[in-house]
Amino acid sequence: MIISVASGKGGTGKTTIATNIALALSANNQGIAYIDCDVEEPNGHIFLNPEMQDAREIYIEVPQIDNEKCTYCGKCADLCAFGALLCTEDSVITFPEFCHGCGGCQYFCPAEAVTPIPKKIGRVEKGLSGNIIFARGCLEVGAALSPPLVDAVKARVNADISILDAPPGTSCPVIHTVRGTDFCLLVTEPTPFGLNDLNLAVQMVRTLRVPCGVLINRAHNGIGLIEQYCQKEKLPLLMTIPLSKRIAEAYSRGVPLVKLDKQWEADFRQLYRDIEELVAG
Amino acid sequence: MKIAVSAAGSEVSAPAEERFGRCAYFLVFDKQGNLQEVINNEGAASAEGAGIKTTQVLLRHHVDVVLTGRVGPKAMTALSSSGVSVYTGVSGTVAQTLEKYKNGLMEPLAVPNARQHSGIKGSGRVVK
Amino acid sequence: MKEITIISGKGGTGKTSIAASIAVLAENHVIADCDVDAANLHLLLNPCIESKNNFWGMPRVEIDVDKCTGCGLCEELCHYGAIKSGKVDVLCCEGCLVCYHACPEAAVRLVENLAGEWFICSTKFGPFVHARLGIAQDNSGKLVAEVRKQARELADREGKELIITDGPPGIGCPVISSLGGTDLALVVVEPTLSSIHDLSRVLDLTSHFGVKAAVCINKWDINPENTRQVEKMCSEVNVPVVGHIGYDPAVIAAAMKGKPVIQMVSTVVEDIISLWHCMQEELGI
Repeated sequence: MIISVASGKGGTGKTTIATNIALALSANNQGIAYIDCDVEEPNGHIFLNPEMQDAREIYIEVPQIDNEKCTYCGKCADLCAFGALLCTEDSVITFPEFCHGCGGCQYFCPAEAVTPIPKKIGRVEKGLSGNIIFARGCLEVGAALSPPLVDAVKARVNADISILDAPPGTSCPVIHTVRGTDFCLLVTEPTPFGLNDLNLAVQMVRTLRVPCGVLINRAHNGIGLIEQYCQKEKLPLLMTIPLSKRIAEAYSRGVPLVKLDKQWEADFRQLYRDIEELVAG
Repeated sequence: MKIAVSAAGSEVSAPAEERFGRCAYFLVFDKQGNLQEVINNEGAASAEGAGIKTTQVLLRHHVDVVLTGRVGPKAMTALSSSGVSVYTGVSGTVAQTLEKYKNGLMEPLAVPNARQHSGIKGSGRVVK
Repeated sequence: MKEITIISGKGGTGKTSIAASIAVLAENHVIADCDVDAANLHLLLNPCIESKNNFWGMPRVEIDVDKCTGCGLCEELCHYGAIKSGKVDVLCCEGCLVCYHACPEAAVRLVENLAGEWFICSTKFGPFVHARLGIAQDNSGKLVAEVRKQARELADREGKELIITDGPPGIGCPVISSLGGTDLALVVVEPTLSSIHDLSRVLDLTSHFGVKAAVCINKWDINPENTRQVEKMCSEVNVPVVGHIGYDPAVIAAAMKGKPVIQMVSTVVEDIISLWHCMQEELGI
């Protein structure tokens, strides 16, 4: 079972929820994995304190021009949709930072002067937090392409139950995280911001045809806003966590909810069982 | 000698454009200040790499000098590697900018003076 | 004309709430929301839309079934698995156009891609520019650049001296696009381990691009120890801390009412006024 935890708005509590689900399940089960797919700003390690065991570098293919064969016809530069090649009178300059690895320059070069060479975009790290398998991606500083790294992190672990912590928003890196998962848990807060962004996230998840449900974090007496939306959209409302200065304070210290109060462990295990039922049914 | 001025419109009276990679047009003059051609900048439509695409447009038209405002680091590399001289300090209209250049009041650029701009973040393909 | 860009690194630190209140306090200014992926500022400013404009992204591709012979070359060449049995999966399509150039039957068509919209609005506090990026569109620095360009032109036209920009979260391309040429980056942080972790990356970013930065610690009293840590981090890199905003549920109540919290009764009102005075000093206005 693979569950992704996402949200439209940043800062709603994805990492809080994802790490707590993993912790709650791992109390009674082996074979639980937490995968931090926010490769730009991974934060899961703050709450799970993993012992890292290995790292693998991830590459995309960028062009290298053979100056002996190149005729400076400029075809590669003209065809490149991303501005990664520039053809002057006597040289072809490459800008690997813009390359998306499409292979077009190599395919279309009439002189066969283009060879693909690997360029590092980041690394995937794996470790253990207690008995939770921990994995995360770290994007190389200056690299713009996160989705291939997200795909690589996801592929790194094969566990019975995987909890994927998505980046915020609804754009490419999130789509790569949520795509192909069995269920997407959307974390929101009961404010007009939370509602606005939840709606964007729901549309995104529906284009991916992944079943989803909602968790309201930092709930106060204004949750009607979200409840009504969920009813209208026929979205299961799976759990509500109250707004609490005590919880905020524990979070600020990197202390997971399940460590704060044993009751949370039972609550998050129930959350998982409810998701299991929804996926099966 | 071809001198190109980055512009927001296609007339000599149009405002000169500050941003190199995103300007709509380049107006090209000879050394005497006669308008030779108006180039539609296809590079501006790029999601990313606009500076590079724009440079390619200029190279295709064999431009020697470009008068502009802000140039990002990638575009700067592209321009200097291709031997195009770059001056900064466009102000007012294209005509006024050309005057400024003829009076030696524009600053030659050796290093990029704009932050690295962004474009669309895409996917890319992972090599196993 | 000066510009302030409000960023946060990690999302959810209160950037938009603070941006809205600063927009109320400031005078003779234009407001811009550069968080095009999940724009929220309009929810607090009650804007009246004066113009709505299309934002065109990079073209996508479509296969013309009448011309397609089913040779499968496009599927073979596509590095993103975006073509299966002669159909393009829009979510996987990278826009590289290799299939378009390679098809022997010219059966691949370019399709215009309406990637989003941008709006010019009026509000009680000043003119306002914001945008919305379409679902599953690549997060586009180009749209951020458009919003900033429109804000600058609006300020020029109306003789405004200041632009207040609510920036996107993170440290990637859209943030970089929102910081170019700004006079002050106000970084809103919380005294949490996650936010502190991201603060150091944000300050690396602003220093790398030579952007003047200042920090505001939001909800500082939920963890005074971490607050001290933030202060220490900032002094080590000569970044001034210009504001301490306390934790007050009134901020949420304000959001529920769709108003900037500066218009409510709350202890944070004084904190934000003090923040604004410090920001003005940093900017020299």
